[in-house]
Amino acid sequence: MHRLRSTLTTLGIIFGVSSVIAMLAIGEGASQQAQQQIARLGSLNIIVKTVKPPEDQKSTTQEMSMKQYGLTYTDAERFQNSIPNVRIVVPSRRISQQVRYRNRKVSTEILGTVPWYTDISPIRILRGRFLSSVDMHYRQGICVVDEQVVTELFAFDDPLGQDIKIASDYYRVVGIVSPRDSDRTGSNIKDDVSSTNVGSGANVGTIYIPLTTVKDRFGEISIQVSGSSGANIEKIELQEIVVKVNAANEVLRTQGVLETLLERFHKKNDYQVVVPLEKLRLAKESARIFSIVLGSIAAISLLVGGIGIMNIMLATVSERTREIGIRRALGARKRDIIIQFLSETLLLTLTGGVLGILLGSAIPFLVTYFSKHPTAITGGSLILAFGISAAVGITFGLYPAYRAANMDPIESLRHE
Amino acid sequence: MAKADQEVGGGKTVIQQANKTVGFDSDAQILVMEQLCKNYYPGAVELKVLRDIELTITRGESVAIMGPSGSGKSTLLNMIGCLDRPTSGSYTLGGNNVSMLEDDQLSLIRGAHIGFVFQSFNLIDQLNVIENIEIPMFYQGFSEHDSAARATELAQMVGLGDRVGHRPSELSGGQQQRVAIARALANDPLIILADEPTGNLDSQSGADILEILDRLHEQGKTIIVVTHDDNIAAHARRVIHLLDGRVKRQEYKDK
Ligand SMILES: Nc1ncnc2c1ncn2[C@@H]1O[C@H](COP(=O)(O)OP(=O)(O)OP(=O)(O)O)[C@@H](O)[C@H]1O
Ligand SMILES: [Mg+2]
Repeated sequence: MHRLRSTLTTLGIIFGVSSVIAMLAIGEGASQQAQQQIARLGSLNIIVKTVKPPEDQKSTTQEMSMKQYGLTYTDAERFQNSIPNVRIVVPSRRISQQVRYRNRKVSTEILGTVPWYTDISPIRILRGRFLSSVDMHYRQGICVVDEQVVTELFAFDDPLGQDIKIASDYYRVVGIVSPRDSDRTGSNIKDDVSSTNVGSGANVGTIYIPLTTVKDRFGEISIQVSGSSGANIEKIELQEIVVKVNAANEVLRTQGVLETLLERFHKKNDYQVVVPLEKLRLAKESARIFSIVLGSIAAISLLVGGIGIMNIMLATVSERTREIGIRRALGARKRDIIIQFLSETLLLTLTGGVLGILLGSAIPFLVTYFSKHPTAITGGSLILAFGISAAVGITFGLYPAYRAANMDPIESLRHE
Repeated sequence: MAKADQEVGGGKTVIQQANKTVGFDSDAQILVMEQLCKNYYPGAVELKVLRDIELTITRGESVAIMGPSGSGKSTLLNMIGCLDRPTSGSYTLGGNNVSMLEDDQLSLIRGAHIGFVFQSFNLIDQLNVIENIEIPMFYQGFSEHDSAARATELAQMVGLGDRVGHRPSELSGGQQQRVAIARALANDPLIILADEPTGNLDSQSGADILEILDRLHEQGKTIIVVTHDDNIAAHARRVIHLLDGRVKRQEYKDK
């Protein structure tokens, strides 16, 4: 009858419902992302990274400079000895190197670390073994490679037991592990990491070598030549120290102690503390703010939409006064009239709800496409949206229906 | 219109009452009014529209209600049709004291035992002929299948078998009023109430409608017609003259 008018009034419902869908999808996406990050980084871990101190970045590129900064072996020992609740401390050092096997060459990341590295990282041992304390003690020339290195370097040979050449030394492959997630630090802190990264771009895979062996063969510190035009020589002992605590409620306290300790011994601001648990909290917080904003939009649109629906239904009821009188004369009870108008209202709002679900399902795709913010539409949110439009229909349709049912039959029949 | 003299209601249809919460005695005295008054209060002044009505109508009667405009004819007819309740006095319909019935029970009585025919037809424009005829059956809980079958039968009975899919706006006044009569008959009521049923029709269409009403009377329906027209009143066995809300006099005719 009033197709245009009805469509216009359902717009409020359409926008309200689509905001609900978008809100839930964005919230769900954020929470899934946070969960994945936690799975990658470990909720009990506190990650301390070496970063380039700010003043170094400003230094001119023309003059030759030699800077030492970042985490040290002493830091790692201090963490282990003077912080309570620490379960393990995992120092690691990264070097970018070319690796050779027979006539094949590949550029990889050498990770000098300790046997309990597996406790803080989600890598799995696929074959062979990981580094051992015996390897550490004897500074063995062995290595563990990940699958990416295997595919690049060993065409058909079984890597286990083979010797590969890194710099001028040979290392025997004793184990194969699953690849470390390349995006292991999560998208938000990727930038911080690349500042200390050793030419991450071109590297394929990771090779794990005992930290003691790395010390032996590459020296106590790694020297990086950076800067495109000048020759900045940078000396870094460790790129990363991961501290793992026993329980989640110790994370924040330990973080505090750790930061005090670092402040005391590092004059330059050459480190960064990343707490995955804290990141989870922040992710939840930002998702919550997003939900509040979208939730308010949804609530307002639904309220306005509901009032619009009520308005059009009141108009319909008064337009159809005579019809109501006729139906009452022909045997309709009050409740029959209520059901009739309520179901018409429901039809309107549910149509709005379905359109809103369609529109609302498109929004998260656009959000993901333009802002790279992850989103996820769940079946539950669709059911909820449908329920909301039904609830709006009943809430705002009840009064017009009630008005219709309580009109005096004779007066309705006399109505022109 | 040529079919107006066909055998009206040729098939006897028995309607089962879907709801038995209101009993209905179809004894001889189907309708009894005692000292019935109806007042309206449109402003500060009380308007006495019906005053001390004493009226008994027996089953199968054919009654015309006449009187000048504003004498309370429509009000009385609506009262008989349970669209209204008396201000004072008593009204007994089919053994029920109407003042004591609840709103839902009045709806049931209207739907099951009374058929209304209005001067302005009062069909619903959005519904076609069949759907209009189906309305009373819908509220008595008929199945879609049964009511569609009966509505088709009734449309044929009033000579509109070939118009079942038409909207009221596509029909002439006489045809619309025949749809209204078919609709009034949907639940096979005992009483047909018609308020100036020919008031909006030309004389030929009016004659057709009266003929249908006469047939219904012959089949045993109680027919009560409000009219200004002596010729129409002449069809009735009894004429009630109203003046200022009172029954001024009654005429009985033997045919
Ligand atoms: N709901 C109402 N409120 C106030 N006054 C009313 C109401 N209904 C009817 N009346 C008054 O009651 C009186 C009788 O009205 P009614 O419609 O019964 O007259 P009628 O005999 O049918 O007249 P007509 O031949 O013109 O149809 C009129 O004066 C009318 O104005
Ligand atoms: Mg009247």
